[in-house]
Amino acid sequence: MLSGIPLLPVQASTLAPQVDALYYFIVAVTAFFGILVAILVTAFALKYKDDTGLKVGAPITGSVPLEIGWSLIPFFVAVAIFAWSATIFFQYTRPPENTLEIYSTGKRWMWRFQHLDGQREINTLHVPVGRPVKITFTSEDVLHDLYIPAFRIKADAIPGRYSSIWFEATKTGEYHLFCAEYCGTRHSGMIGTVYVMEPNDYQAWLSNGGVTGGSMQARGEQLFQQLACTTCHLTDGKGRGPSLAGVFGSQVKLTSGQTVIADESYIRESILAPQTKLVDGYQPLMPTFQGLVNEDGVLSLIEYVKSLNGGAGAAQASAAPATAPAQGERR
Amino acid sequence: MSTTAAAASPVTYLNEKTTVASWLLTKDHKRIGLMYMLTVTLAFVVGAVFAGLIRLELATPAGDLLSSDTYNRVFTAHGVAMVFFVLIPVVPAVLGNFVLPLMLGAKDVAFPKLNLLSWYVFILGMTVTFSAIVMGGVDTGWTFYPPFSTEGSDSNVMLAGVGIFITGFSSILTGLNFMVTIHRMRAPGLTWFRLPLFVWALYATSLIQVLGTPVVAITVLMVALERFAHLGFFDPRLGGDPVLFQHLFWFYSHPAVYIMILPPMGAISEVIACFSRKNIFGYSFVAFSSMAIAVFGFLVWAHHIFVAGISPYSAMVFSFLTYAVAVPSAVKTFNWTATLYRGAIWMRAPMIWVFGFLGLFLVGGLTGLFTASLGIDIHIHDTYFVVAHFHYIMVGGAIMGYFAGLHFWWPKMTGRMYNDTAAKTSAVLVFVGFNLTFFPQFILGYLGMPRRYHMYPPEFQVLNVMSTGGAAILAVGYLLPMIYLTYSFFKGEQAGSNPWMATGLEWTTQSPPLPHNFADQPVVTEGAYEYSKREMKVA
Ligand SMILES: [Cu+2]
Ligand SMILES: [Cu+2]
Repeated sequence: MLSGIPLLPVQASTLAPQVDALYYFIVAVTAFFGILVAILVTAFALKYKDDTGLKVGAPITGSVPLEIGWSLIPFFVAVAIFAWSATIFFQYTRPPENTLEIYSTGKRWMWRFQHLDGQREINTLHVPVGRPVKITFTSEDVLHDLYIPAFRIKADAIPGRYSSIWFEATKTGEYHLFCAEYCGTRHSGMIGTVYVMEPNDYQAWLSNGGVTGGSMQARGEQLFQQLACTTCHLTDGKGRGPSLAGVFGSQVKLTSGQTVIADESYIRESILAPQTKLVDGYQPLMPTFQGLVNEDGVLSLIEYVKSLNGGAGAAQASAAPATAPAQGERR
Repeated sequence: MSTTAAAASPVTYLNEKTTVASWLLTKDHKRIGLMYMLTVTLAFVVGAVFAGLIRLELATPAGDLLSSDTYNRVFTAHGVAMVFFVLIPVVPAVLGNFVLPLMLGAKDVAFPKLNLLSWYVFILGMTVTFSAIVMGGVDTGWTFYPPFSTEGSDSNVMLAGVGIFITGFSSILTGLNFMVTIHRMRAPGLTWFRLPLFVWALYATSLIQVLGTPVVAITVLMVALERFAHLGFFDPRLGGDPVLFQHLFWFYSHPAVYIMILPPMGAISEVIACFSRKNIFGYSFVAFSSMAIAVFGFLVWAHHIFVAGISPYSAMVFSFLTYAVAVPSAVKTFNWTATLYRGAIWMRAPMIWVFGFLGLFLVGGLTGLFTASLGIDIHIHDTYFVVAHFHYIMVGGAIMGYFAGLHFWWPKMTGRMYNDTAAKTSAVLVFVGFNLTFFPQFILGYLGMPRRYHMYPPEFQVLNVMSTGGAAILAVGYLLPMIYLTYSFFKGEQAGSNPWMATGLEWTTQSPPLPHNFADQPVVTEGAYEYSKREMKVA
């Protein structure tokens, strides 16, 4: 009937077939109940039709067993759907080890992506097939939402926080990338293309990327010098600020007595609003770098801080705890 | 020629006084109900025109009819007009105002002056909001998410917000009035479990209106303070949290869905009992399911923000509670179906609207199982799937329910009958047009078309064209009642006091009712739907 109109988007990630299987299951369940009620209503309407309006119906007032039955059956069906959904949801929230890290910033009305080696692209995203990729992103202005239907994945880009999504592409090709959270005038123009490539092609693309300014880590290091972070954050820990060696992913004790995990959001907050979560034993001397460094710069700085973790390198998997697709860390 | 001219015609609330002032200063709940009907119909026409513009624009992938800025203002105007000025007031303020005191055997609501004040507050709020639309519009969407609404948008956000803030008080006052009325004004013998289910539904709705509306009012105020005084509630640059707004907004706006759907559900129970000539199957279960929906409806708001950075564990809790709140709605549907069993089903127009309601509400409710699912919602959130889902509930459910109730009580309200065939035709057109408009949107959404898109990739066009075609049929379906009901008001056949041979106190007084409803205080001696004990004869 609808020949030529697909009913599903392309399945191009490891999660897509799982999401679609659950989708088919719910379609089957809802179709069953929907058709059941439709048949009963139609059958009763035809069978008990009375054109005179002068007859009365049977004196039936209800049945407690039936009520209990049709309360419990939908409830258990709902619980089953809930349980299945939750298992898929937890895969969304737990990226595998050793993901390829890519960073992104949404801004009206474009998506900027940065690769660790320093390639930057706008409204296009190149990724290799068969390798888990994690995108960590934020927004420079209002809310946006990074949505790739072929991967069945989306999350809001929220200013002031990092969100992340992960996926493992299973099919090479070109796929839509949409902004799914309304963001003003050219919301529907804030779209792009994801290019899923064979690993070799991806490598070739990386080396042809025309990188200026070095890798993200190198750019971060440069900024670290330029912004004079080095004057306080001495590596031997004797500076006015704490040493940043080994900080990323560690537990940090604050003056308030609380401890926090030094993840991406914490580092970002420490750069832009340093007084909010002060490290125990240090004075509130650090000025804010709000306005002096943009979101891309902050991401490079984070990459640099990550690299200070004893040589494991910037490509190390994120130390942040599993983040929901949707999930930015709360400040 | 109006009936009022007929020499023999008795005094009614319509012909007692006919000056404009007698309407504008009336404290009669029936007149206030009719005034609401005109106001809400006006808002519906405005909202529908904007809907038409949206569908015309989306007939082609390119943005060729409107500019992006205009398109954004158009869908915002559509949402604002429909949600705040049609869906929320339509059944409680129009049908509820008219029939609640009649159903209770009362002379009026508990606070008639307050009731008139609600209408004026509503008019004021509507005037302010609509003037924001006229003076250049608002481009935030009806959801007003910051920081776009506080920092990003340079449209008339504040004026629209103030209008919605004002309108909220109308809703609170009506809810308060109805609650007190139901507690204090019931006729002798009218115990809680003899109340018509429409009254139960209005009671549950009033509870939500009184408890929920202040939250959205405060939220709008916070947006205003942030816009003007730069107090940082929501904007992270001012130290605020944009997701906080979403929590506050949906804490009201999810329960608001039940403000929209509970009263039509109540009306459906009345109509289905009458035209099946039977007791409602499981009366107390239907009554309590309304209350359960009202209470649990307050505990599911965060299902709107699964992808906005809430913790996975709270997402699980909210998803689970959302499934739980689906159960009472399923119970109602099964009870309505069972009510038909061994009935004597009289196929008059109101019943055809009921069948339409059942079909559309069923699809709307069942597709909620997709959106409540954490695994699926990540993919379909903010796509056309969600647009289709909530239109099935709010338009398919609530508006069909309103029309079922309107066609049921119309003879009581006006004393006139309307053309039954025309009314049935309209119900069928709405049902067909609605499905053609919105069913393709489920597929579009799963394919990944985001909502609020002015332009879209060409592969989505076929489904969008179907949707636009359906909207044209839908428009005819909604226009017809305006014609035949207007005709009926002036020229329709006399209805008599009880043309449907219905139970219920409202049918024991004349049509249109006396200015103070009943000549003598009615006394109730049995349950609401004792049709099977009746002997049917045309009154
Ligand atoms: Cu957007
Ligand atoms: Cu909701």
